[in-house]
Amino acid sequence: MKREYGDSVSWQRENSLHDPIICINNLVFHRDGNVVLDDVSMEIRRGSIVAIMGPSGVGKTTILRLITGQLQPADGSIEVNGELVSAMSHRDLYKFRKGVGVLLQNGALFTDLTVFENVATPLREHTKLSEQDITDRVMEKLDSVGLSGTQELMPHSLSGGMARRVALARAVIMNPEIVLFDEPMTGLDPIAMSTIGRLIRETNDQLGLTSVIVTHNVAQMKKLVDHCYILASAKLIAEGSPQLLTKSSDPSVDQFMNGRVEGPISFKYQQNQGGGAAQSS
Amino acid sequence: MGHCGFFLFRMLAGIRPGPALLMSVLQQTYLVGARSLVIIMICGFFVGMVLALQAINALQQFGASEQVSLLVGKSLFRELGPVLTALLFAGRAGTSVAAEIGLMKATSQIDAMQLMAIDPVQRIALPRFLAGFLSLPLLTAMFNAFAILGAVVFAIGVWGMDAGIFWSKLQTGILFGKDFMGGFWKSVVFGGLVSLIAVYFGYYAKPTGEGVGTATTRTVVLSSVMVLIFDFFMTSFLV
Ligand SMILES: Nc1ncnc2c1ncn2[C@@H]1O[C@H](COP(=O)(O)OP(=O)(O)O)[C@@H](O)[C@H]1O
Ligand SMILES: [Mg+2]
Repeated sequence: MKREYGDSVSWQRENSLHDPIICINNLVFHRDGNVVLDDVSMEIRRGSIVAIMGPSGVGKTTILRLITGQLQPADGSIEVNGELVSAMSHRDLYKFRKGVGVLLQNGALFTDLTVFENVATPLREHTKLSEQDITDRVMEKLDSVGLSGTQELMPHSLSGGMARRVALARAVIMNPEIVLFDEPMTGLDPIAMSTIGRLIRETNDQLGLTSVIVTHNVAQMKKLVDHCYILASAKLIAEGSPQLLTKSSDPSVDQFMNGRVEGPISFKYQQNQGGGAAQSS
Repeated sequence: MGHCGFFLFRMLAGIRPGPALLMSVLQQTYLVGARSLVIIMICGFFVGMVLALQAINALQQFGASEQVSLLVGKSLFRELGPVLTALLFAGRAGTSVAAEIGLMKATSQIDAMQLMAIDPVQRIALPRFLAGFLSLPLLTAMFNAFAILGAVVFAIGVWGMDAGIFWSKLQTGILFGKDFMGGFWKSVVFGGLVSLIAVYFGYYAKPTGEGVGTATTRTVVLSSVMVLIFDFFMTSFLV
C-alpha cells in the first residue's frame, strides 16, 4: 500500500496486522528527585511512524535515551523486538544499537569529517566493506536525501536543513530496523521542514523502518505520522491517530494541539513534579 | 584522581592496535605538532639567548666564560627543555584538545558516537592521548635545538666567543645517559601527563559553553602544576 506524505490514512486500519516492535510498559524515570516520566506505556508497531509530543522539558528526549539504553528506568520496562533493553550487557547494547538509527537534535554531525565521511563512519566501524562498496552505499544514501554533490563539504558549510538530511542519511546507512528522531524539524524553515517530513515518510516506507519522532510541531505531525502520543506533566495524557487527537475534547490535548496559553498544562516550573520546566514553544 | 586513573585504564584496556588507530594517532600528532611548533621554536630560541646571556654574566666573574655552552646545555637538556616545552604544550595543545572534546560533547557528537555503537573513549580520547606521548619528546627536541641555536647566536655571534670552544665543551660536557636521556624520559612522562589531563577534562566537561571554558582552564592549571611536581620527583630519582 503506497502512502504519500500528507495522506491521512487511519493507522489502526493499516497497521492492525503488524506486531509491536517497541513495547514500553509502565515506565517510571526520576532525575535528581524529580519525576520525569510516570507510568508511561506505549506500543509501537513495526512499520509505523509514531510521534511523541509534548511541551519542552516534558521528557521526550528522555524517552529516546531510555529506548537506546543510555538511561535506565527506575521502574517499568522497555522491550525492543521482545528483548529487555535495561537487561542488556554492554556488549549486547552495542550490538542492539547497530540496528537502531538515531537522528539527534541538531543532527550532531562530526564537525571534523566531511559529509561523505560522516555518513560512512558506521560502515567503516562495523562492516568490512571494500572502499568501492562504501562509496556506492554512501552516494546512494546521499542521493536519496537529495544531496549528491555535497560529499566533500564540511558540516559547517551546510544549511540547517541540509545538515539534518545528512544526519538522516547517516542514521539509516546501516539499514536499521528502527530510527529515532529527536526534533528533526525544530529550527528549520517551512520548506526544509516539509522536505525532511517527506524524506522520513519515504525512507520509512522504502526501507520498511519503524520511525519514532519526537516533536512539538503539531502541523507537521498531522501530515506525517500514523500514531501519536502526547505527554504532559510526566504522564501520557492521550494517544491515537492525529485526526482523532485534533478532535479530542480533553482540555489538555486541546490546549497542546491548538497551542493555547490557558489550560491545564502549566508553563510554570514545578518542583518535585514531572515535566518540570514545561514551556510553550 | 582515581577517576582519572580509571579513565586511563579504560583507554588502554580497550586498545585495538591496527592501521586505523595508527593513522589517527599520526594525524593527531601532526595536528598537535603543527599547533605548537612555531611557538616552541620562538620560545626555544629566546630561552637559549637569555640562558647564554645569564651564563656569560655569571661565569665571567670566575673567568670561566668558556664554560657557557656546558651550563646552557646542562640546564636545557635536564630541566628547562622538558619543563618549558611541557608548559607551552599544555597552554597551546592541551587546551585545544580539551576544548575540542568538550565541544564535541556540547554538540552531542559524543552521544551520536555512542548511539552508533562506537566507543568515543577509543575513537576520540585514545588517539589524542597517544599523540601527546609521541609529540612532546619531539617538540622538546625541537625546543632544545632552537635554544642551542639561540645560545650560539648570542655567545658566538653577539659576544664573540670562539665557536670551536663552544661546540667542544658542549660535546664533551653533556652526558648522553644522565643529561640527554634524563630529559627525554621527563618529556615522555610530561607528554602523557598533559594529554591525559586534557583528554580527561574535555571528556568530562559539562556539555555547555561554560563547561568547555572550565575544562580548558582546569587543563592548563592542573597540568602545569603536575608537570612541576613530577619534575621534582623525577629529578630526585634520576640524579
Ligand atoms: N542531563 C540532565 N541533567 C539533569 N536534568 C536533566 C538532564 N536532561 C534533562 N533533564 C531534565 O529532565 C527533564 C526532561 O528533559 P528532556 O527529556 O530533555 O525534555 P524534552 O526533550 O521533552 O524537551 C527536564 O525537566 C530537564 O530539566
Ligand atoms: Mg528534547
